[in-house]
Amino acid sequence: MIQRFLPLIVTMMVLVVGFLLCAVQFPNFASLRVVGNLLTDNAFVGIAAAGMTFVILSGGIDLSVGAVIGFTTVLLAVLIEQAGLHPAVAFAVALAVATGFGAAMGAVIHWFQMPPFIVTLAGMFIARGVSFVLTTDSIPINHPLYSDLNDVAWRFAAGGRLSLPAMLMLGVFGLSMLLAHWTRFGANIYALGGNRHSAELMGVPVARTTVAVYALSGLLAGLAGIVFSLYTGAGYSLAATGVELDTITAVVIGGTQLTGGYGLVLGTFGGVLIQGLIQTYITFDGTMSSWWTKIAIGVLLFVFILLQKGLLAVWSDRGGEPAEA
Amino acid sequence: MTNPHAPPLLAIRGLSKAFLGVQALDGVDFTLRHGEIHALLGENGAGKSTLIKTLTGVYQRDGGTIALNGAEIAPRSVEDAQRLNIGTVYQEVNLLPNLSVAENLFLGRQPMRFGLVDRAAMRRRARAILDGYGLSIDVAAPLQRFSVATQQIVAIARAVDMSAKVLILDEPTASLDAQEVAVLFDVMRGLKARGIGIVFVTHFLDQVYAVCDRITVLRNGRLVGERRTADLPRLDLVAMMLGRELEAAAHRLAQPTEVDESAPPLLRFQGVGKARSVAPFDLDIRPGEVVGLAGLLGSGRTETARLAFGVDRADSGTITVDGAPVALRGPREAIRLGFGYCPEDRKKEGIVGELSVRENIILALQARQGWLNPIPRRRQEEIADRFIRLLDIRTPDAERPIQLLSGGNQQKALLARWLATEPRFLILDEPTRGIDVGAHAEIIRLIERLCADGMALLVVSSELEEIVAYSRRVVVLRDRHHVAALTGEDVCVERIVAAIASESSPPVAEARP
Repeated sequence: MIQRFLPLIVTMMVLVVGFLLCAVQFPNFASLRVVGNLLTDNAFVGIAAAGMTFVILSGGIDLSVGAVIGFTTVLLAVLIEQAGLHPAVAFAVALAVATGFGAAMGAVIHWFQMPPFIVTLAGMFIARGVSFVLTTDSIPINHPLYSDLNDVAWRFAAGGRLSLPAMLMLGVFGLSMLLAHWTRFGANIYALGGNRHSAELMGVPVARTTVAVYALSGLLAGLAGIVFSLYTGAGYSLAATGVELDTITAVVIGGTQLTGGYGLVLGTFGGVLIQGLIQTYITFDGTMSSWWTKIAIGVLLFVFILLQKGLLAVWSDRGGEPAEA
Repeated sequence: MTNPHAPPLLAIRGLSKAFLGVQALDGVDFTLRHGEIHALLGENGAGKSTLIKTLTGVYQRDGGTIALNGAEIAPRSVEDAQRLNIGTVYQEVNLLPNLSVAENLFLGRQPMRFGLVDRAAMRRRARAILDGYGLSIDVAAPLQRFSVATQQIVAIARAVDMSAKVLILDEPTASLDAQEVAVLFDVMRGLKARGIGIVFVTHFLDQVYAVCDRITVLRNGRLVGERRTADLPRLDLVAMMLGRELEAAAHRLAQPTEVDESAPPLLRFQGVGKARSVAPFDLDIRPGEVVGLAGLLGSGRTETARLAFGVDRADSGTITVDGAPVALRGPREAIRLGFGYCPEDRKKEGIVGELSVRENIILALQARQGWLNPIPRRRQEEIADRFIRLLDIRTPDAERPIQLLSGGNQQKALLARWLATEPRFLILDEPTRGIDVGAHAEIIRLIERLCADGMALLVVSSELEEIVAYSRRVVVLRDRHHVAALTGEDVCVERIVAAIASESSPPVAEARP
C-alpha cells in the first residue's frame, strides 16, 4: 500500500518543506492571505490540471487545454459584450462547446486509432486559431455579474480570503478524487492506462471511456477558461498560452506516470501548489528574474521523473518474487 | 454427466472462418461436456486460436453453429461471451498489472453502495474468492507484485466468478515451473468437480496426459479427430498432430554430404541451457554439416536457436568455437564470430519493410563492419546484384522496398543478408514457412549447396520430410529438452515422431533454480 502512496508522500513533503523554507525567509509568508492568494492565482491551472490527470492516467495526453482556456475567454467576451448574452448563458454555452470539443478529439483518437499527441496538437491549433478569428483584441468584460462573482469569497478573520475560483478548484479536486477512486469510470481509466488491450478483453468500454476522458478534460479546460476570464476580467486570444505544459508538469510532479495507469489526483493538487509556491517565492524575493520560476520547475520536474524511474525499477525487481504468504 | 441425454455443455458444429480467402477453420466440430477437461491440440496454423477467438466473440464465424447447453449462441464481443458464461484465460495474463488484485477481480462489476464503489466490500469478497483457491494474498496490493502463476489463478478466479460454465485456458502453463503447474492442475480439477467444462490448450503432451479427459486435434483448419485420452497412445496423438501416415512416411530425398567425423567440431555446446527456456544440452556441429532441430511447437527449438546466436543469454554451460571457449554476449558477438541467424518471424524480426532489397541485403555486413565505415555504394550494388542473381530473388530491381516482394523472395533476401557476411555457421528458423512450393524447393537446394561449401547449418523446421531431406543429424526436442539425436539410418520421419512421442523421464518443466 505504501508504494502506491510514496510518490504522493514525496510531493506533499516537497510542498511542506518548500513552504516552511519560504516562511523562514519571509516572516509574512506563513499567512492565510498568502495561502488564499496561492489558491486563487493557481485556480485555473489547477482545474485544468485535474482534467489532465485523468487523460494522463488513461495513457493519453491533451495538448489543447491552454488553447481551449484562451478560446473560452474570447468566446465569453464575444457572447457577453458583443452578443449581449447573460454571463450565465454564456458560461453554459462555453462549457458545452469545450466539452464537445474534447469529446470530438477523444472520438478521433479512438476510432481513427490516432496518437493523442497529434490529435490534441491539432486541437490546440484549431482552438487557438478560432479565437484569433473571433477577435485579435483583448475584450474587457464589464458585466455586473463579473464584479459580483469576484466579490464572492470566504473571508478569514485573520485577513485573506478564499475566492470563488479557489473554492471551485477545491471542489473540482474533491469531485475528481471521488471520480477517480470510487467510481467504475475511474477504475476504467486506470485500466486503460494499465494496458488497453487487456482492459478491452476484461470488458472495459474502451470507446466510451476514451471519449469521456477527453470530454472531461475539455469540460474542465472550459471551466478553467471561465475562472480565467473572471480572474482577468477580459477575453484575449493569446490568454493561457503554454498552460497545457504547466498542467502536464503539475501532473508529473504530482507523481502520475506519463505512460498512464499510476498516480493519484491529490498528487496533481500538490504539483499545482508547488509550482505556485515557487512563483510566489520569486515574487516575494523581488530581485530575482521571474524566469527562475521556469528553471526551478524544470529541475524539479527532472528530479521527479528520475524518482519515478527509480521507484518503478524497485517495484519491477519485486515483480518476479512470488508474494504468497 | 448425471443425465446422459442432456445436451453437451458446448457443441460446435461445422464451424468455418476465412481470412482474406485463407480458410482458417473448415467445418470444425468440437464438443465439451460438463465437468471435463478437454485438450485442444494442433501445430501452428491448425486453427486453435481462431476457434477460441470465434468462441469468445473476437471473430465472427462465417458458417456453422455454436450451442451452449443446447441453445444456439452467437457471441459478438468478449463481453458478450462473458455474459454467455464463456471465460478465457490467456498465456499472457490479460489482467491489469497496475490495479490491485481485488480491482482486477471486480473490474466492471464492482460492488456499489450509494452509487460509489464499495472498496471495503470489494476487498472482503476478493479475499473470500481467493481463499477458495487456497491463495491468501494481500488483495489490495497491485497485481504486478505477484508471480505469473498467482496472476493466472487470479485470472481464472475472475473468469469463474463471472459464473463461467465454459473456461478456456490458452497455454496457461507456458511460463510456469513444475510446482506452479501442479497448483494450477489442482485448481483445474477442483473446477471440473464443480461441473465446469475446461478447454485446455497446451504444447506439453505430458500435461495433456496428466489432466485431460479428452483430446481434440486440429490440423490446417480441419478437425483430425476427438479421442478419449485413455484410448489414445502418444504415438498416435503425435501422428494426428503432425498429419503423418506413419506407414507411408517419406524417406530422405538426397544423400547429405559426407562429413569427416574425426574433424574437430566447429562449434561445441556443452551443458548450455536457460531456465524456463530450454534445458541444458550438448551439441557438436562440424563444418559442412546440417543439423536439424525437430519437435512440436513450443518444444524449445526456437529457444535453442536463440541461445546459439546469443539473442538470449545462456545461464549455464560453455560454448566453444574452433576449440576456444567464447562468451556469447549478444548477436553482435555472434556476428563477429561468423554466425548468422534467419529468425522464424521474418516480418517482425527479420526484414525492414520500408528499406530496399539492397539495403536489407547489406544490413548484416554493414553492422559487422560498424556503421562508421560505410560500404561504398558501388560495392553495395555489386553484392545485392550478385545475390539477387544467385538466389534468384524475383524483384524488378534492387531498389524496390522489400515489403513489396512475395514471402519466398523476402526469405531469400534475408538469407542473402547473412550469406553476404560469409558466415561459418548459419541458423535458419523455419526457412520455408509461408512460402510457395517452388520457392520451398529452391531454398532446400540452396541449403544443400551451402553445406557442400563447408558452412555449418542449424535448421529448425516443422516440416519433418524437409528436415529428413537435408539433415545429416536430427536433434529431437520435447518439452524444452533435447531428447534424442538421430544420425545415419535413424534420420527418418518414423524415428523423429517416435522420439517426440516417447514417454518423458525428465519433469514437465525445470524446477526453479
